[in-house]
Amino acid sequence: MAKLSRDDVLYLAQLARLDLSDGEVGSLLEELPQILEYVEKLQEVDTNGLKPTNQVTGLENVMRTDSTINYGYEAKDLLENVPEVRDDQIKVRRMV
Amino acid sequence: MDQWEPIKQLVKSVKNGKVSAVNLVERSLSKIESNSEYKAIISTLKQSALKRATEIDESIKKGGKVGVLAGIPFIAKDNFLVFGAETTAASNILKGFIPPYQATVINRLEEQGAICVAKANLDAFAHGASTENSDFFITKNPYDKTRVPGGSSGGSAAAVALGMAPFALGTDTGGSIRQPSAFCGVFGMKPTYGLVSRSGVIAMGSSLDCIGPITSRVEDAEIILDVMSGLDELDATTIAKDNLGYGSSLISLKGTKIGVIKEYLGEGVDSEILDATQSKIIELKKAGAEVKEVSLPSLEYALACYYIICPAEVSSNLSRYDGQRYGYSDRSAESLFDSYVNTRGKGFGTEAKRRIIIGTFVLSSGYYDAYYKKAMTVRTKLINEFNDAFNDVDFLVGPVTPTTAFKIGERSQNPLDMYLADVMTVAANLTGVPAVSLPNGFSKEKLPIGFQIMAPQRKDRDLLSLAKTIESLSL
Repeated sequence: MAKLSRDDVLYLAQLARLDLSDGEVGSLLEELPQILEYVEKLQEVDTNGLKPTNQVTGLENVMRTDSTINYGYEAKDLLENVPEVRDDQIKVRRMV
Repeated sequence: MDQWEPIKQLVKSVKNGKVSAVNLVERSLSKIESNSEYKAIISTLKQSALKRATEIDESIKKGGKVGVLAGIPFIAKDNFLVFGAETTAASNILKGFIPPYQATVINRLEEQGAICVAKANLDAFAHGASTENSDFFITKNPYDKTRVPGGSSGGSAAAVALGMAPFALGTDTGGSIRQPSAFCGVFGMKPTYGLVSRSGVIAMGSSLDCIGPITSRVEDAEIILDVMSGLDELDATTIAKDNLGYGSSLISLKGTKIGVIKEYLGEGVDSEILDATQSKIIELKKAGAEVKEVSLPSLEYALACYYIICPAEVSSNLSRYDGQRYGYSDRSAESLFDSYVNTRGKGFGTEAKRRIIIGTFVLSSGYYDAYYKKAMTVRTKLINEFNDAFNDVDFLVGPVTPTTAFKIGERSQNPLDMYLADVMTVAANLTGVPAVSLPNGFSKEKLPIGFQIMAPQRKDRDLLSLAKTIESLSL
């Protein structure tokens, strides 16, 4: 069974861009082993010769016509929810 | 409980002027208000609903053509985007979010004259089986205020049971329509995967998510499914609706082959639920159905499979909530990285964080094959067993839940206890088959019990016919 250390949980949180409090890390360290132990019973199942299923109704490569569609809303409607806008553009924090 | 008249009858009355659409909306709003102690509703859309109702009434007076749902009020789970109405998924990270567009299903329902009057409570982002994971408040079971209504569509199911509207919309990723329907004594349907467009509905587990109706009777669900279903260019996973639509008639049970799922009648299921299921099966036999026991051995692994696939997909779908374009945003950080981390740390609740971490783990390098790929392969095995079973029988039946509605707080301390509430419902999502929860009497404590019926993929019409026939036997 996979063992998770405090560092592992913090690494996962970093990958997921998620701030966790000390209390949250502590709870996860208690809960995750129980949950993983439960899901690990899948290892008992013989799946030899079977392929994974990603799409249950068997659809493949669903295409539509390569053309623009007018959905009737404008840029300003979409910018309405943006926390910070400058010159009709989304302002984000510095990246580097 | 207080039921609305059948939708067909209500629409007829609206069309011939016996009642107005405004009357129906007012009745719905007043029910919502008088039952506010149950906390089923996050927000009401009073103004827009009354405006739409007035338009429908005026159109009818002028002799204009109105749809098959003219004037029918409904309640949408708060993970459906409704134009101009706050849509939160019961999460702090989306508090105050007003969508600039709305779900395809809301468009389709509105085109037929239905009117959205309110948005219902849920476990935040639909993660849960009790509504206790809502970031705002807990919904109470209409039959016992100390108990949960189930979840995640607990607000929707409680709303229908309390007579707040003739129908509500729910989403079902692992049982989130059927389990609360069973706990609240209403009819709930998870259609075949892809039958109803998910455009404009907040995604949870995209290979599992389905949208469906919650109603007081099967016939109402048929009308709603008929309006909502079918191809949508905005959701590439949609499939065509049945040529005959979903308005079915009663069937003769003579010669109908029904398989009772052996694995659902074993240990861990309350005796009262087993008894109720057995009585229903005896009824079916008496009516002429050919009933036999069917075993699907991989069902034992369905929940484990689900709790790998679901968090994996959740961790991916929730990555869009980053505080840059909409929703809660932490503006204190100086770097973009910290802005993501802080926004998500403050905006997400405990269960969302738990699922993001589990999902990130099972998808991470070194663990992907052992967890995610293995689960997707066990899924194939389960699908094969369902296919084999459906070669032999027309329908599969069993209970919906191992227990009746549990007490508020009883399971919320241990996440695995809560996950086990989905043990009989996740298989339909993993295999994509349609499934319903039909009311099946009450326990000694007067808590509702549900009866689950599943059919092969795309046999939604047959499934509804059978459900309607069984419903008519109990009337």
